[in-house]
Amino acid sequence: MLTLSGVGKRYPTGDRALSDIELSLPKGQVMALIGPSGAGKSTLIRCVNRLVEPTQGSIRLEGTELTNLSGQKLRHARRSMGMIFQEYALVDRLTVMENVLSGQLGYVGFWRSFLRRYPQEAVVEAFRLLERVGLPHAIDKRADALSGGQRQRVGIARALLQSPKLLLVDEPTASLDPKTSRQIMRLIRELCAERDLAAIINIHDVALAQQFADRIVGLRAGKIVFDGLPSELDSEMLTTIYGEEEWDTTPEPMDEDESVAATSNSSVQPGDVLPILSAGGAR
Amino acid sequence: MPVSTSSQGLPVWRRRTTRAQWLQYVAWLAGISLFLLCWKTISDNTMWVFVEDAGRQGSDLISRMMPPRWEYANVLWKPMWDTLNIATLGTLIGIMMAFPVAFLAARNTTPHPLVRSVALMVIVASRSINSLIWAMLLVTILGPGVLAGIIAIALRSIGFVGKLLYEAIEEIHPTPVEAISATGASRMQVMNYGVLPQVMPAFAGISVYRWDINIRESTVLGLVGAGGIGLQLNASINSLAWDQVSVIFLMIFVTVLVSEWISARVRHAII
Amino acid sequence: MNAADSLAERRQQAAKQGQWRRLPLIQDSRLRWGIVIATVVYLILALSTVDVNWARVAEGAGRAVNFLGAFMQPDFVSRQKDIVDGLLESLTMTLTSTVIGVLLAIPVGLGAARNISPLPIYFVCRSIIAVSRTFQEIIIAILFVVMFGFGPLAGMITLAFATIGFMAKLLAEDIEDLDWRQVEAVRATGASWLQTINQAVQPQVMPRLIGLSVYRLDINFRESAVIGIVGAGGIGATLNTSISRYEYDTSAAILLIIIAIVLLCEYSSSHVRRWTQ
Repeated sequence: MLTLSGVGKRYPTGDRALSDIELSLPKGQVMALIGPSGAGKSTLIRCVNRLVEPTQGSIRLEGTELTNLSGQKLRHARRSMGMIFQEYALVDRLTVMENVLSGQLGYVGFWRSFLRRYPQEAVVEAFRLLERVGLPHAIDKRADALSGGQRQRVGIARALLQSPKLLLVDEPTASLDPKTSRQIMRLIRELCAERDLAAIINIHDVALAQQFADRIVGLRAGKIVFDGLPSELDSEMLTTIYGEEEWDTTPEPMDEDESVAATSNSSVQPGDVLPILSAGGAR
Repeated sequence: MPVSTSSQGLPVWRRRTTRAQWLQYVAWLAGISLFLLCWKTISDNTMWVFVEDAGRQGSDLISRMMPPRWEYANVLWKPMWDTLNIATLGTLIGIMMAFPVAFLAARNTTPHPLVRSVALMVIVASRSINSLIWAMLLVTILGPGVLAGIIAIALRSIGFVGKLLYEAIEEIHPTPVEAISATGASRMQVMNYGVLPQVMPAFAGISVYRWDINIRESTVLGLVGAGGIGLQLNASINSLAWDQVSVIFLMIFVTVLVSEWISARVRHAII
Repeated sequence: MNAADSLAERRQQAAKQGQWRRLPLIQDSRLRWGIVIATVVYLILALSTVDVNWARVAEGAGRAVNFLGAFMQPDFVSRQKDIVDGLLESLTMTLTSTVIGVLLAIPVGLGAARNISPLPIYFVCRSIIAVSRTFQEIIIAILFVVMFGFGPLAGMITLAFATIGFMAKLLAEDIEDLDWRQVEAVRATGASWLQTINQAVQPQVMPRLIGLSVYRLDINFRESAVIGIVGAGGIGATLNTSISRYEYDTSAAILLIIIAIVLLCEYSSSHVRRWTQ
């Protein structure tokens, strides 16, 4: 569905962020992109929706060449690529509902969006998504009144309201605690399965990547050095990607039972827990 | 901070090196000579006999201001109302014009660097020229009256509000803007959803602050014929009615204090 | 269940049906409409006091065109002597008044800082600041012109007086915000009051004091272009004359010079600020 061939990026400063990336992503596949800081993970996914302009190569989404689009056509292409950010990237002073509805901006005209007159179906869908991520009660709260995990759920709902074919996920868990991280990853995973979405997930946490992705791609200094199943990723490969380190001491991923036990902890807000528990078997 | 060794072989600490010390002396000398030169120019242009008389003139002035002619205040309500209107309407027009200019001038929202430099020129020109000068010009063009005052205040406010607002726009978080762009939003939608909510509190605060300054400035616009209480001030001074002048001063003082208090309260509530 | 909860409930139900409107800024609808109506009434009242003499405006429109045209061809030459003299006078007034004003503002600022000065001094200094800040430079200039006679001396004193209020207020705020532990550390060594100020307070406020002085220099220059209108010297008198004689090409030249000098000031002050930090 998404094909990158020979994609390269050189910043005006002369730094070479990506070189000769060959990658193709079939429908419905969740791919984790791992690699050390500065390896070009963020640049790669931003090249796909052209928040960063690639300097060479071609990127095709369902047969459409993305690299030479501009104006209206680029906006239309961006609609089909939902993006989820590390620091949630919500607009703090807007309410949760406004943030989610901003996922529709590619579909409605300026005055409609300015007056917040969204089509009825869009509002229905937005509310359904908020229910799905467990935040229907928060529609009128301001985004900065939410916790980190809740904000990321709003970010996910916004990306899904675009009715995307592809999710671009940039470090979704880097600002979250380990438990919330796992909940968010599981939510993304489930939503991709429900809607048959492909996803590229940048992630630092190798254990999470192994647990939740169908496929792992390792990036080092702007080049792909590993591309395979999570089970094929061994400590030798990790050394190739990240450099020398005692990999065996990396803590094992938590057991499924443990995490469910942890989520039923009474100190957690109901909104945080419900969707995870209700869809616990879906993975 | 160097440590050297004295002739007795003891270490000596000094704050600066010898060279830096000398440069410092030269800089001070140059500065003081420049100051004295300026002072001499001023002193040459001054009639010192008048200055020697200043104390007597001052006390004479105060004695003529006291007691204030309180009943004159009744004449002043209408001019004061005009002054407030000049400040408020001028501020409104000014911020309406400053708003687009600031977006054109901010590095991250400008459509083109060339447009940016034009917008910056507008801001600098408006900031450099005092509202009183604008008023003088406008009075010759529009004729004396409140309208000239309103436009003068508006023209001066563009630069002030525009500068502070474009600096606020340049300091916004880029990630929400990036996120809104990623949804396929158009340029205007990105401004509306990504930029505007982030700068709105700053914009409101700046506007109220400028309104407070404009109250102060509009009190004197009448001196050049642009309406408001300054007209009465000018007339009273010209007819040497100092007991009326003191009433006007008191009125200005109170109005400015009140507007300052309101502006501080509003800004406090916004932040 | 209270009113806020039921409202939230209603909005959620509506959103489920696809009905959603933005939350109004002011929740109480009566207050909201009250504010809207009050604003409209004020605007109508205020605009009705603006009586425009359209015949006069039409007459002046030609002058507006002349003025804009003059900016294309400013005339620096025909009144060159007046311009140069006025400009030099403005610059000298600016410099001397800033130096004197800042020097005088330092003791006033110290006195107006609540954390280092005794109460009676605090009140005296705060009232000096209030008086100096409330009145426009031009009003103060009128008084000083009466006292000291026409000429740059009155202007210089005016600007120095205005500088005191501006600088002392900001300086006092800075001192009130300073890092108190450093002051205590110096006091603990047995330093006297003056030594404490010199060793603990001065290093903390100095960079901003320099930055503000340069900023004030810029403001003083702009003000010096105005106070000439009431006879306090500087370029303002030249400008005033040229405008009232409708010599717009000379006015344009003066305005362009003022803009250029302000730009220069701003440019150098950003350098000075970088250098002091």
